[in-house]
Amino acid sequence: MDLLSNLALGFGVAFTVQNLLYAFGGALLGTLIGVLPGLGPVATIAMLLPSIYALDATPALIMLAGIYYGAQYGGSTTAILINVPGESSSVVTAIDGYQMARQGRAGAALAAAGLGSFFAGCVGTIIIAAFAPPLTELAFKFGPAEYFSLMVLGLIGAVVLASGSLVKAIAMILLGLLLGQINTDVISGTPRYSFDIPELTDGIGFVAIAMGVFGFGEIIANLGKPAEHREVFTKHVKGLWPTRQDFKDAFPAVLRGTSLGSILGVLPGGGALLASFAAYTVEKKMRGRPGEVAFGKGNIRGVAGPESANNAGAQTSFIPMLTLGIPPNAVMALMVGAMTIKGIQPGPQVMTSNPQLFWGLIASMWVGNAMLVILNLPLIGIWIKLLTVPYRFLFPAIMSFCCIGLYTLNNNAFDVYMGAGFAVVGYIFYKLSCEPAPLLLGFILGPMMEENLRRALLLSRGDWSTFVTRPLSAGLLVAAALMIVVVMLPSIQSKRDEAFQDAD
Amino acid sequence: MKIKSQRDFWSGLMFVAIGLGFAWGATTYSFGSSARPGPGYFPFGLGILMAVLGGVVLFKAMTIESEGGDPVGAFAWKPLSFIVGTVVVFGWTLPHLGMVVALPILVIVAALAGDEFHWGEAIANAVLLTLGCWLIFIVGLKLTIPLWPAFIG
Repeated sequence: MDLLSNLALGFGVAFTVQNLLYAFGGALLGTLIGVLPGLGPVATIAMLLPSIYALDATPALIMLAGIYYGAQYGGSTTAILINVPGESSSVVTAIDGYQMARQGRAGAALAAAGLGSFFAGCVGTIIIAAFAPPLTELAFKFGPAEYFSLMVLGLIGAVVLASGSLVKAIAMILLGLLLGQINTDVISGTPRYSFDIPELTDGIGFVAIAMGVFGFGEIIANLGKPAEHREVFTKHVKGLWPTRQDFKDAFPAVLRGTSLGSILGVLPGGGALLASFAAYTVEKKMRGRPGEVAFGKGNIRGVAGPESANNAGAQTSFIPMLTLGIPPNAVMALMVGAMTIKGIQPGPQVMTSNPQLFWGLIASMWVGNAMLVILNLPLIGIWIKLLTVPYRFLFPAIMSFCCIGLYTLNNNAFDVYMGAGFAVVGYIFYKLSCEPAPLLLGFILGPMMEENLRRALLLSRGDWSTFVTRPLSAGLLVAAALMIVVVMLPSIQSKRDEAFQDAD
Repeated sequence: MKIKSQRDFWSGLMFVAIGLGFAWGATTYSFGSSARPGPGYFPFGLGILMAVLGGVVLFKAMTIESEGGDPVGAFAWKPLSFIVGTVVVFGWTLPHLGMVVALPILVIVAALAGDEFHWGEAIANAVLLTLGCWLIFIVGLKLTIPLWPAFIG
């Protein structure tokens, strides 16, 4: 059988001592750096890209893949522990993960994230090996209109995720989309809303917004409360491990997350990101067992689902890169860069011209995931110890890491000032009870959405009906409309309110 | 007319203002046509849409009763000004005076924003964090962060 012989070839490459060491080194480095707030996979890989100059192509890519998984896992760790998502796809993990941590269940949350990711990683590896060619065909069917509709669906999905007013949440998405418009227009090259500040012509950094709103804003909000009401962690840490009930709750969520993630990851344009919040939406819509913790208040399914989706998506997002040479996200763009540094032209021919590299990389994805579990499960105890540090020591530390992280983004103080500005914005949002997570998602998808909208309109000669006459696009839009209708239905509306109030 | 929800009223106002602001800004860029959308096309539409939604939020804030008027509450001026201020100061001091000066200032001023402040603890924390950040970012990751003031290094 092809699949088996291909995988055998891959594992033969991945299980050499040298490649195992690089996979381990990459995963370790990635975790260590990813745990630092604000340093996500992109920053980490970018930082370590020069270190691969001396390596052969295969170990170099294996190490980079390890860094990618490690940083992603590290990013979820910070999302759970201090509510600062290290990267965009762990934004939703922070919602329930952080609440679990505050209730003394950080261990369970981290274990659910780790084991869920590992499971998703195993499945993702098999899927890449088996379905890379046919899945690529599906991606071919996506034109700009479909991408635009897909993103509309994704953003609407994000709205259902916010607790509180639906209209306000949609307005926050729009605000995010608008903030994403501060950049240089891709098509005409016109700088927009830059007020002649050169740094603004490249757009606002995602990290500056995330750290300002979630990191600094949260600290200000916490300090503003009288000490006895402060949102700190309970001293009482309930076990490092998930309970039997946790496993029972989390396992179906992991399965659903994995399947969603595997499918959405293939779509170019932030597959892992879409996957994680689609998974969260699905989990929220699923009927839980009676007496389960409400979503947004520390439900383990809200961690396990998105985390497995995100990891499965991260895995399958290699497919367009490996088969088409199209990087679906910034990390993959860096991987493509690394391949070209090594003299390999990414594209369909890699599979045939460098089978060792292709299958070796796929096998090492599994190896990298396994190493992450081995690495991180024992470390959970250490991460939890971090939480017993009193808040008055912890928040200056968070601020130090965030500030240095902001500065090192571009070796420029500008991002630090932006972070300070968004701290004020974040505090205002907090005061006005506007949920900031949808804003961040809108901000990330904004530029992609605009580009696809304009391309779709160009292709249809200004005819807006292109979005509803193309069947795939129409289907996605109908799904988005259905979601709004479902949430607006009076019976669900009251249930939704109830669910959020119950938890208070 | 009486405001029924303070928080929603102000957020509605904020959305309307920002939406109109962006839409107004978009008019300075070429709008193009639907067949050939220009750089102003998308932001203009978004801005208007957001202003409309802000209007809906405003309308709801004026009509739908909420518990106790949903007041915004007092601003925590002290933490707000200290935290934001110290981050801005850090942005200036790091490139000019290096991490050895910038980080302790950040840590101590940030600690001042809290209500349990002790000089001893804050200084110890500052020393520890500066040492830690030096080990992680400069020694470990080899990032180019100025360590000493520019006039010494």
